[in-house]
Parts: sequence; structure tokens; C-alpha cells
Amino acid sequence: MPTRVLLVDDEQAFVSTMAKRLGKRGLKVYTANSGQEALDLLAGGENVEVVILDVKMPGMDGIETLQAIKAGYPLLEVVMLTGHATVESAIEGMRHGAFDYLMKPCEMDVLLSKISQAQSKKAAHETKILEARAQNIALRRGD
Amino acid sequence: VSDKHYFQSLHRSIIATVLLVSIMPLLLLVIIVAYRFDVSYKDKTLAHLQELVLKHQQNINSFLDEKLSEVKVLSEVMHFGGEQDQQRLQKLHQALSYAHQRSFVDLGLVNSSGVLKAYAGPFKLGNANYHKADWFKAVMEKDAYISDLFLGLRGVPHFIIAVKFQGGSSPWILRATIDFVEFCRLVEDISVGRTGRAFIVNREGEYQTSSRAGLPKNAPFLPTTVSSGKGGDNKRPQVKVSQAVDPSSGAEVIFITAPLKFGEWTLVFRQDAEDAFKDLSQTIRMMTMIMLVGIGAITMMALILSRRILRRIKQADQSKEMMNEQVIEAGKLASVGELAAGIAHEINNPVAIMMEEAGWIQDLLDEGLEVDENMRETQQSLKQIHTQGTRCKEITHKLLSFARKIDPMVKSVALNELVREITALSRERARFANVRIEASLASGLPNIEASPSELQQVLLNLINNAIDAMEKEGGDLIVSTRLDGDNVLLSVEDSGMGIPKANLARLFDPFFTTKPVGKGTGLGLSIIYGIINKMGGEITVNSTVDVGTAFNIRIPQMKEENRTGETDAN
Repeated sequence: MPTRVLLVDDEQAFVSTMAKRLGKRGLKVYTANSGQEALDLLAGGENVEVVILDVKMPGMDGIETLQAIKAGYPLLEVVMLTGHATVESAIEGMRHGAFDYLMKPCEMDVLLSKISQAQSKKAAHETKILEARAQNIALRRGD
Repeated sequence: VSDKHYFQSLHRSIIATVLLVSIMPLLLLVIIVAYRFDVSYKDKTLAHLQELVLKHQQNINSFLDEKLSEVKVLSEVMHFGGEQDQQRLQKLHQALSYAHQRSFVDLGLVNSSGVLKAYAGPFKLGNANYHKADWFKAVMEKDAYISDLFLGLRGVPHFIIAVKFQGGSSPWILRATIDFVEFCRLVEDISVGRTGRAFIVNREGEYQTSSRAGLPKNAPFLPTTVSSGKGGDNKRPQVKVSQAVDPSSGAEVIFITAPLKFGEWTLVFRQDAEDAFKDLSQTIRMMTMIMLVGIGAITMMALILSRRILRRIKQADQSKEMMNEQVIEAGKLASVGELAAGIAHEINNPVAIMMEEAGWIQDLLDEGLEVDENMRETQQSLKQIHTQGTRCKEITHKLLSFARKIDPMVKSVALNELVREITALSRERARFANVRIEASLASGLPNIEASPSELQQVLLNLINNAIDAMEKEGGDLIVSTRLDGDNVLLSVEDSGMGIPKANLARLFDPFFTTKPVGKGTGLGLSIIYGIINKMGGEITVNSTVDVGTAFNIRIPQMKEENRTGETDAN
């Protein structure tokens, strides 16, 4: 089952090319050109595992989008993407619950490994939650 | 030039202040003390001299009275008018000489027709006839008479005391000659200083005492008050003080006069004022000297001190100027740093895209160009790389055109063009802050005289500030230019958070910032203020909290002659 990634950046060309490259590497890629678009897409019920989010966007910026995503989908892992000038905002993003951040432009290998780490973290989380639920059910049965 | 003028006037005012403050009291003190001293010293001196003269007047008067009464008594008791007159007179003369030493030079007995009947004394006068002599006439009239000084028959200056008495049937006159030298001694011991001498004159101004060295032959210059002298001031009715200028020497002379012999004679004390007040004038000369030396010293001090102060001020000014330049430089660096960060980010985006495209092409090449539509994909990617490269080029060109204007020289600047460039540079930053930049530029704006790099700094700073103010919520930034009379108006308005009233007053102060430490230097606006001031313009700010802020800059348009000069040069 391919990892489902949502790519959010205001640069159309960047998003489309990145999507193609990730697609070639067997990932299922959704794209959005703004924070709002990304939130709409998530609200549409797409089962996304990892969000790659540009920090600096006009309108709703990366941090705001991150906060909204984390509020709505706490298990969703977000990797921040930033230029040099906004390392501080990336760190702020980490504080708001981002999985990690990457300097833009970044190497494909690095990005892929970050995505897979994030994906496995999410999977681990979900497993834990499932186990907890199962235990919960088992305990109730045991009652 | 104005600096030089300023320093000169500062120099002058320092000197003037020092001189005024230190010399005025000194001068006042000296003048007051000298005046008081002068007045009281003169009063004292004159009073002393008056006392002296008064005493001598009394002495002389009593001397004359005494002699007169002596002669009167003698004439009464001796019962002259007989045969033994000559012998008795001789005896009397001897006795008087013995008792009075030389007061009485001789004695003579004159009958009513003026013939000398008896005589005792050193001169051989024979039977002199005095009936034509003034004194004889006077004594026949008045019974007693003291004559003025005269030479008489003996040819020696002398004066006589004559008394008329009744001897037998006819009146007789006893005549005594007073020793001139003895009499003069009464006056001579009034000798004060170098020129203070006393003498006696009669109504005609003829000396009745020996004229001595330092005294003029006659006394015609005696003030009329002396010769007509009756009365005088109330305190010393007998003694009068007057001052006159001696025409022969031109010196101021003090006269103290007192009447003798019921006003027939006058005791005159005469002294050069200069001599009388010698101590006074010496003291005043000394004071003046000390004062002059003091003034000289103060003046020198003032000169040296003011020069030193001025040097310090100049140094301080220079270092302040240097500091200002450094501050402006620092501010410039800060704004350029901010700009650079913006530019770096702006370039970073196309670079990231190009790298992605390159990576994509690599992916396609790995797969083989003949597969599917890979060829077309590659071509698309290359086109995208070209597009992004063009974008980078535009950015670098903008930056270059900005950087080229680092010339700090003042020249003719087209403000609108400058505004367009800076807004273009800031547009990317504004986009991320959700700020819409709008430039409303008046056409046909005259050029202004300014340094392009400084103007850039002004605009960049204002626009950066405006964007900062709207970063949270976004908004509109309007940069507008228009012509107002001879001035060009430039305003930068934002719809940001506004500036609280408390901060407005300090807005242009150096190092005033509301940004967190490390974010702002607090220099931007103060530097702008300095730059605009230097251009002869002014900057004002209107701000309402939560509504927005407008910075209005008024810059004088270029002067006509300069403009034509510029056109010629072009």
C-alpha cells in the first residue's frame, strides 16, 4: 500500500514536479497550493498519512495551516519545508507538533526517508491506539 | 562654512561671557572703592589742611593782637613826650629785645607832625619825617595801625605797628617795627609735602611774608574768591577752600585761605593738588595697575580657555559626526540585511523548482527517454527550468539596479522611478505577509535633489516597517507621490496596527524600538529623519491604533538653476 502524502506549497511548478517525482517513487501524492486548499482536501476525507508543508505561503501561512491540521487530525504527521530565512518559523512549527523540518531545496533521498519515518511513526501511533482499544474491549469483556 | 561661523560666534560668546562675568565685578569694585577712597581721602586731607590753616590764622592773629596791645600798653605806661624819651626808648628796646628776642626790631617815637623824635634800633634814621607815609595818615585816623609790608626809608622789607597816644599836650605815635624774619617763621612752619606752603597777602595780592621757592613772584592767579574773601562755609566761617588751575604750570592748585587783621591780609595756604593727594593718586595708580594686570590675565585666560573649550567641542562634534555616519551605515546594513534575507528567500523558490525539475529529468533519463511521454516531460521540465531561471534573473536585475545606486552623492532623482523599483523589490515580501502594495504616483513630478542610496534607504525602511505592521493580518500599503507647490510629497500609508500615542513622540529617537531584542536596531526612523532633514525636507507621521499609519515626507523640488544644469549635463 503506497504512502499517501499531501504536498502543500504556493509554488505551482514546485508542487507538480515534486508530485511527479514522488509518484515515480511509488507514493500516492495529493497536492494543494495553499493552506486552505490543503484543509479542504483533508476535510474531503482523503486518507493522508504525511503532509509536506511549506512554511512561507501567502494567505494562510505554514504555521497556521499546521495548527489547523493538528487540531483536526492529531495523528497526521507534518514535515515542514522552509527556506533559509524561516528556520525560526520551522522550529516554531516543531513546537506546534510538526514531525520535522527540511531546508528547501532538499535532496529527494532525504525527503523520502523523512516521509517514511513520519509514516512509520504515524503507523506506530495508530497501532498503539488500536492495541489500546483492543485491550479496552478485552478488559470490558473480562468484566 | 556655517560650522566655521558657528564656532566663531561660540568662541566670541564664550570670551564675552568670561570677560563680562569676571571683569565687570572687578571694574565695579575698583571704581567704587577708588571713588569712595578718593572722596574721603580728599575730605580728610582738606579738613586737615583747614585745621592747620585755622590754627595758624589764630596764631598770627593773636601774634599781631599781642604785639599791638603790647605797643599800646607801652605807650600808655612809658609816658613819652618828655626830654628823656630817647634814653627811655633805648631802655625799653633793650628790655623788649631781651624778652622777645628779635620780635621788635626797633622802636620809634613820632610826633603829630610826622617827625621821628626818638628812635631805638639798628638803623640810623635821623629825624625822618613820616608825615607823608600811609601808615602815619592811617594811625592818625585810627589810633592803632598795623601796616602792610613795605621798604620804607631803611630799604628793608618790614612792617610796623603804630599806636597813637596822648603825651602831654599833643598826640604822639609809638612805632614798633616787627622783625620780618620772625614774623615769617609763623607762617613758614606750615609746610606740607613738597609744594604745600603758606604765605600772607594783602588786599592787593602783595606778599606780606617772604616769598619762597616754589611760589610765584606775585599772586595774581589767586582766585577772586580769596581776595574778595569774606564769609566762607558755615562750618569754618574763617577758612575757605578753593581749587584753581595755576596758569603758569597748568597744575591744579588747592588754596586754603583765612582772613587776618580783620580781612586786610589773607593767610593763604597753597599746595599743588597732585602733591596734596599724592598718596591717593599713588594708591589709585596702584589699583589701576593691579586691575589692568588682572584684566590682562583674565583676558588671556578667557582666550586660552575658550580656545581649549572650542577644541574640545570640535573634537566632540567630529566624533559625533563620525558616530552618526557609523549609525547611518549600521542602519543601512540592517536594512540591506533585511532586504538580502527577503531576496534570498525569493531566489530560493525558483532554485528549489529548478532542482526539482533537474531531479525529474534525471528520473526520466534513468527510465529512458523513449518510454511513454518521457521526452515531452523532459522538454517541459527544461522549459520550466528556463522559466525559473528567468525569474532568478529578474530578481538579480532588480537587486543590481538597487545596488548600483549606492552612490551617496546628491543628484537629480526621479522619485517615481525610485518608488517603482523599491516597491518591486518589496512585492515578494509583501505577498507573503498578505500585503497588497499599491503605488499611486503623480505623473510629471519634478526631480528632487537627493542621494539615491539615501532615498532608497528611506523608502525601503518605511515599506519594511509598514509590512511589519501588517504582518499579522495583512492589509494595504499605498505609496503615493504628488506635487504640492514647490514640494514633492511622498507618503507611505499602511492599514496596520498603528502606533500608540505614547510612542509617537519618541518615534524618531535613535534606538527606540518596539521590536524584540535582536529584531530591530531602533535606528531606521531616526536615520530617515536625519536624511530627510539633510535634504531640507520634513517627515511627519499620522497614526491611529488599529486603523493604520501614514508617513508623509515633504521634499523641496529641485531648484530651477540646478535643474537646467542637470539637463545640460545630460
